[in-house]
Amino acid sequence: MIPAHAALTSSLLYLDGVSVSFDGFKAIRGLSLVIAPGEMRAIIGPNGAGKTTMMDIITGKTRPDEGTVMFGGSVDLTRLDEAAIANLGIGRKFQKPTVFDFHTIEDNILLALKSQRTVARTLFWKTAAVDQKRIDEILGIIKLGDARSRLAGSLSHGQKQWLEIGMLLAQDPKLLLVDEPAAGMTDGETVETAVLLKEIARDHSVIVVEHDMGFIRELGVKVTVLHEGAVLAEGPLDQVSANERVVEVYLGR
Amino acid sequence: MITRFLIQGLDKRGLTFLGLLVALAVLVPFANLLLPESSVLHVPTSTMSLWGKYLCYALLAISLDLVWGYCGILSLGHGAFFALGGYAMGMYLMRQIGSRGVYGNPILPDFMVFLNWHELPWYWYGFSSFPVAMLMVLLVPGLLAFIFGWFAFRSRVTGVYLSIITQALTYALLLAFFRNDMGFGGNNGLTDFKDILGFNVQAQATRAALFAMTCVMLIAGFLIARGIVDSKLGKVVIAIRDAESRTRFLGYRVDRFKLFVFTVSACMAGVAGALYVPQVGIINPSEFAPANSIETVIWVAVGGRGTLVGAALGAVVVNYAKTVFTSGFMAPYWLFALGALFVFVTLFMPKGILGTAQDWWDGRRRREPAAALAEPAPAE
Ligand SMILES: Nc1ncnc2c1ncn2[C@@H]1O[C@H](COP(=O)(O)OP(=O)(O)OP(=O)(O)O)[C@@H](O)[C@H]1O
Ligand SMILES: [Mg+2]
Repeated sequence: MIPAHAALTSSLLYLDGVSVSFDGFKAIRGLSLVIAPGEMRAIIGPNGAGKTTMMDIITGKTRPDEGTVMFGGSVDLTRLDEAAIANLGIGRKFQKPTVFDFHTIEDNILLALKSQRTVARTLFWKTAAVDQKRIDEILGIIKLGDARSRLAGSLSHGQKQWLEIGMLLAQDPKLLLVDEPAAGMTDGETVETAVLLKEIARDHSVIVVEHDMGFIRELGVKVTVLHEGAVLAEGPLDQVSANERVVEVYLGR
Repeated sequence: MITRFLIQGLDKRGLTFLGLLVALAVLVPFANLLLPESSVLHVPTSTMSLWGKYLCYALLAISLDLVWGYCGILSLGHGAFFALGGYAMGMYLMRQIGSRGVYGNPILPDFMVFLNWHELPWYWYGFSSFPVAMLMVLLVPGLLAFIFGWFAFRSRVTGVYLSIITQALTYALLLAFFRNDMGFGGNNGLTDFKDILGFNVQAQATRAALFAMTCVMLIAGFLIARGIVDSKLGKVVIAIRDAESRTRFLGYRVDRFKLFVFTVSACMAGVAGALYVPQVGIINPSEFAPANSIETVIWVAVGGRGTLVGAALGAVVVNYAKTVFTSGFMAPYWLFALGALFVFVTLFMPKGILGTAQDWWDGRRRREPAAALAEPAPAE
């Protein structure tokens, strides 16, 4: 018990023995995962392995049936709702890019920008010069500066992915959960996205889920392989991809 | 570019709307009071009151558009807030009758004397004071909306289920207000009003003043709604409408934002009801009828959801059509016509009169691919 406790207190995110089932189907079974502060972790695994469900559990969308989910060594995430968890500093990019289609690109960033989220503050909000500067900066990073006043709904799939990453940056969370950021991107865009994420990982903790092996290789970080709702293997990509079971259930196919 | 253009268009639209209301507020009472009846420009008192009624409906429509068009909450119970505001005003007007009632009781309204009541129920206290009554016009619908919304939004009731319980709310109130022992005049409601602030409610000048006041409140309601939707809170609310859970993952407490707009909207509907009652001279439980709330939804859909001005326009257009329609031999078919209109608008003009006109205008000015605007519910 004591080593486990040490692992907990030194972790940013700590999952232990987490299980969840939907109508009797166990999507996550005894999942344990520890992310250290400042770490970037890649998660891979076949379709239906439970990668997205794991993010749902961390962000409060799904309540686990059993298990521990702790943030920063002391906050029990299973007791909090989505908004509270977001305000703790956990941001999320969805598998299917979800931006606010009827808002401009700039407004999408504004809505995500770190600020007090109360009714009164938003009603009387005035965008200060520092906020505007930060918005411009982010628009520059995600290369959408020229499109700032276009409606987000008019963006291509890849651009929406970037906009969502920009929104994550604007939130400035401690931990970023990024679900399939390179899906639907050209090879060139995929490389750029990997570069962008590595840049972000310099001062944030990041969990990335991806199927694109080239992308994972590009990231060059520790990899966790999920299979049927539990960890199958963990380690550097080369070591993991040499694992027989991993090849069998995922890479071989 | 597109948004910038729409906002410009909106500003122009909003200014036109405000200008029109100011002109109405001044010119209609003028044409009614000061122009001789022989003049072609004279506005008869009955016409003025009829339009006053339309403008009350316009305010109700704007209040509904705020929650439905911008926040995606399809309330099928907004008529309840309107009626509650109306009852608060009606209670004030009843207390002003004093001993001039049929039974001459200085305290009790006629219907209470008729029921053999000897004391004024506690919830009628204070309604002889205009400021108190006006406070109640805001407070009663606002509080009901707050309590209702508190439970509904916290437990994340959305979509059809929410619409159904709002409908149930107004229906429950309809049944309650029908009961004599509730102390609101039962079936007959509140009527036979005499004075408002010491002026005879029937007098031409009072009616003109009420009309002007309706214009003023409609302007105020529009400006408040505009201010809300143009603020960052307005952007959050639109975000909730389009991607509720995404908004939550950004750290916004969706239930509180919904609760805010829902409550403001209910207060606004209450004011509309309060202005309506002295102009039509009666408030009874039929104002709670579920069909009324549904009609309001149709006005907003017809005028153009999520535009505010369109909602007001829809209310006036549909009610004008209703007046014309129901005064002829076609009267029995009004509901069919209204239903057909709704179906037509839903199928062929999903953005309503205003949105369709705007698109047509934009299309004429410059042909630009507006793929993102192909969906209903224009945001900004
Ligand atoms: N809300 C839900 N209700 C029922 N079943 C669900 C729900 N969410 C996920 N599942 C099931 O749980 C399993 C894991 O799904 P999940 O989306 O987490 O997989 P994934 O690893 O993200 O896969 P992919 O690579 O396809 O995105 C799937 O079999 C899915 O059908
Ligand atoms: Mg997934």
